[in-house]
Amino acid sequence: MVQNYLKFIGFFTLLSGKCFGAEGGMPQLNPDYWFSQIFWVIFIFGILYVILWRKILPKINENLENRKSQILNDLDDAQKFKDQSEEKLSEYNKIINQAKQEAKKILADTRKKINRDIGNKKNQFNLEINKEIKNAEKEIKTLKLSSIKDINKIAVEISSEIVRKIVGTEVNTSNVTAIVEDISKKEITKHL
Amino acid sequence: MSTNPMHQFNVYRIGPEISLGKIDISFTNASLFMMISALAIIGVFFIGTKRKSIIPTKIQLLTELSYALVSKMINDTAGSKAKPYFPFIFSLFMFVLFCNMLGMLPYTFTVTSHIIVTFALAAAIFIGVTIIGFVNHGMGYLKLFIPSGVPIFLLPLIVIIEVISYLSRPVSLSVRLFANMMAGHTMLKVFGGFVISLGLIGGWLPLSFTVALTGLEILIAFLQAYVFAILTCIYLNDALNLNH
Repeated sequence: MVQNYLKFIGFFTLLSGKCFGAEGGMPQLNPDYWFSQIFWVIFIFGILYVILWRKILPKINENLENRKSQILNDLDDAQKFKDQSEEKLSEYNKIINQAKQEAKKILADTRKKINRDIGNKKNQFNLEINKEIKNAEKEIKTLKLSSIKDINKIAVEISSEIVRKIVGTEVNTSNVTAIVEDISKKEITKHL
Repeated sequence: MSTNPMHQFNVYRIGPEISLGKIDISFTNASLFMMISALAIIGVFFIGTKRKSIIPTKIQLLTELSYALVSKMINDTAGSKAKPYFPFIFSLFMFVLFCNMLGMLPYTFTVTSHIIVTFALAAAIFIGVTIIGFVNHGMGYLKLFIPSGVPIFLLPLIVIIEVISYLSRPVSLSVRLFANMMAGHTMLKVFGGFVISLGLIGGWLPLSFTVALTGLEILIAFLQAYVFAILTCIYLNDALNLNH
């Protein structure tokens, strides 16, 4: 690129024919102000260097570092919050599980208790019923026994009445009674 | 205004004549534009670093991006040992860049189009790098001139070539920048002169050339500043990490 440029320049300088003419050619090669240029470039560049080095660049560096550390801090914080929320979530899950288990336990306990209660009540009830049944049976027995006596009496009366009517004579009631009792004793086992 | 394309490079005194002993160090238009460049750099960076917000403003972003650019350039070419020289490289890059860019404005003076200015910078770099090399490696720095894996009978020749190439570093560094700047501005001026001399009828072609060249010159102004800084980094790398 540079060579092409210089060729161009050579061409145009030859064309214009003025460059090395009256004004003395390239001003760059005129040594009049060389020392002035050297002095000023070193002086100004030196000042610029010191200002950039001491004042400006530390600020930029500091700001870049600040940003970096800020971003890292933010990332750290985000990670911390994430961890915290995960912890909370696991705690929450644990609590829920506990609650579920407790509920299950309570349910099972209650069921067991109810079952037990029901069983107890049933047994009690059964016992009472049995008792009642036994009482009833006893009563029935006594009733039966008393009714047998009555029946015997009636049977004696009826049989003596029948005999008196048929035969026409008075029958000794003690005999009839003996016979009836004998029969009833034989037959009673069939009804009791 | 003269139509001489070299007229723009004239240096003239502004204000009184200042002399240091017998040497004339008067303030010139070149000094003025050096000063303007330096003030512009300081101004931009002062504003850019005034507010230290986490989300940067545009001008703050500019300063931070230039910081990152130079920082990366130094790290890539010269390694971590070159960190103490970062402010110097940064100042150098910024100074050359601003001088080049200011020169692109009409009626301005391009400081870097003067060989003596670029040579002063290049010579300072050359001397500094050589001192750094000898301080870091002692006489071992001379091994820079002896490349490894060269046949022994070629060695004298190679050493001579290496020494010449080392000594011509400041010249090549300064001439590269100066020639690019001077050539670009001369071209612009020549085409500008054609616009005037060809007038309304034929002046449009050189005018469009001038517009295109201005874009190219802005690119070159940046590129040359970058090249100047990166070559300094490469020389610094030789001085710090002797791995020829």
